[in-house]
Amino acid sequence: MEMKKGTLRQVLLITDGCSNHGEDPIAMAALAREHGITINVIGILEENSPEYHQKGLREVEEIALSGGGVSQIVYTTQLSQTVQMVTKKGMTQTIHGVINSELQQILGKETTIEDLPPEKRGEVMEVVDDLGETMDLELIILVDASGSMEKKLATVQESLIDLSISVNSRIGYNQFALFAFPGKRDDTELLIDWTPRLNSLTQAFTKISSGGITPTGPAIKAAINEFTNRREKRRLITGDEEEYSEGSGF
Amino acid sequence: MMKKNTQKGQVFKLHPGDVISGKWHRNEYSIIRELGSGATGTVYLASGQAGKVAVKAGHDSMAIISEVNVLKHFSRVQGKILGPSLIDVDDYVVNGGQVPFYVMEYLKGESLFQFMKNHNEEWAGILLVQLLTDLSMLHRAGWVFGDLKPDNLLVVGPPSRIRWIDVGGTTQIGRSIKEYTEFFDRGYWGLGTRKAEPSYDLFSACMIMVNLAVPSRFEKKKEGRQQLKDVVRSSPLLSNYQTILLKGLYGKYQSAEEMRNELVSSLNNKGRGKVSGASQTSVGSRRSTHKKVIKKNKRAFMFETVLLGSFLFIVYLFYLISQTM
Repeated sequence: MEMKKGTLRQVLLITDGCSNHGEDPIAMAALAREHGITINVIGILEENSPEYHQKGLREVEEIALSGGGVSQIVYTTQLSQTVQMVTKKGMTQTIHGVINSELQQILGKETTIEDLPPEKRGEVMEVVDDLGETMDLELIILVDASGSMEKKLATVQESLIDLSISVNSRIGYNQFALFAFPGKRDDTELLIDWTPRLNSLTQAFTKISSGGITPTGPAIKAAINEFTNRREKRRLITGDEEEYSEGSGF
Repeated sequence: MMKKNTQKGQVFKLHPGDVISGKWHRNEYSIIRELGSGATGTVYLASGQAGKVAVKAGHDSMAIISEVNVLKHFSRVQGKILGPSLIDVDDYVVNGGQVPFYVMEYLKGESLFQFMKNHNEEWAGILLVQLLTDLSMLHRAGWVFGDLKPDNLLVVGPPSRIRWIDVGGTTQIGRSIKEYTEFFDRGYWGLGTRKAEPSYDLFSACMIMVNLAVPSRFEKKKEGRQQLKDVVRSSPLLSNYQTILLKGLYGKYQSAEEMRNELVSSLNNKGRGKVSGASQTSVGSRRSTHKKVIKKNKRAFMFETVLLGSFLFIVYLFYLISQTM
């Protein structure tokens, strides 16, 4: 099976609570998916969190489900490994989805990788692993900077540097951008513009002034716009654009 | 788009007495008991047509198939068998869903910690040599083990031999490590990338030794590099192998063979004069001899020659004295 290599567009959303401002994040995640962007979500719990807090994190699962991604709820102490695992799984799941839709075109409506005999499935999985390793990755990280997150930002920062180690051990080319929500003036603020490495993080989080609202929906929307603008710019420069997405028609 | 979201939730459990049969190959396996469970599924002891086997059933089809691919590659590694051999791959249909599983050779043995509890501490070094021998073969075949830790190892025997049981993290050299555990991961300690290269496994191998000496998997403080050095120096078991462990932790070895050879010669020198492995020497004395031995092999040889010479001379003197009396 020969696959055209392109760019994986992923969002990693790190939050500790439910959104309370602007657009519905679940709807925005569905919109992102239509743009071929996968939304992965990590919900951070504190040890001894109150019951209502845990309920609030149900939103986390729904955003990921509607954004075609992976979600995980985690205690602060296990953040690094979770960030790495969720990103990797999200990428694999996106590729898996693309291959499933290709299979459906070839073999008929209801065929997925799971319907193939184990031997064939193994061959397909090698292709999935291969692509996960070699495809270029554009990753937008959205960090919830609402008041309750303030104490956790140091751990978040550490886990993102750790993620950079993992992602940069891949063969493919990587680009990261980091947004915080809410920002100083707007719902979303760009903290780090596109960069191949995340080791310049140390300064980034000191700029955040933790606010009271949690505009998760607007943040996802901002990520969609960022990807779209970037794609548009590149199209103007190179004149063509490789597409690699699960969504239909582009 | 995705028909079944096999990722989510529903942890599938089998119980003793359950019989599962494959949808594709129609083989039956009767579950005896659970052996352990990991990130991608649960391993059961079961009996099949060929006798006792280990069955791993998971909920994540992608992860299971990925592991099967690795096991298949293992069987292509020429010569010795490194991992458990793969017997069957299939799906078990239950309650309208589909549970992917694979069957492998059942390895009977003890965990590393159990084994070390019942054996002398020089076994730690010997097991490490065995591990490095296997790693060197794996690396030469173009693979890196990845998630190397006591949980993925077993001591089978007699004769006692280390074997790996879970090969889910095995990665082609040059790619990014598939699976890792922070304590055994050099990226976590700030001592390297997560690129699959031989030195990645050698770091984990050293951390296995650290884990044997300090069973609690402590967390990283500010400076991982210095912290690990302090741990190695302060433990009686580890300081025996100080030079080798620090080289392994700091990524100074190019190959498993290089590390293995240094370890073997250090063990040889240490064991000199001792016949039985059962005799336990005091840690202190062993440590003091160790340092001289590693780098000063030649000088030790000279020293022994001189010692032997003077011994003969003294005997000769006594002989002369006894003759004159």
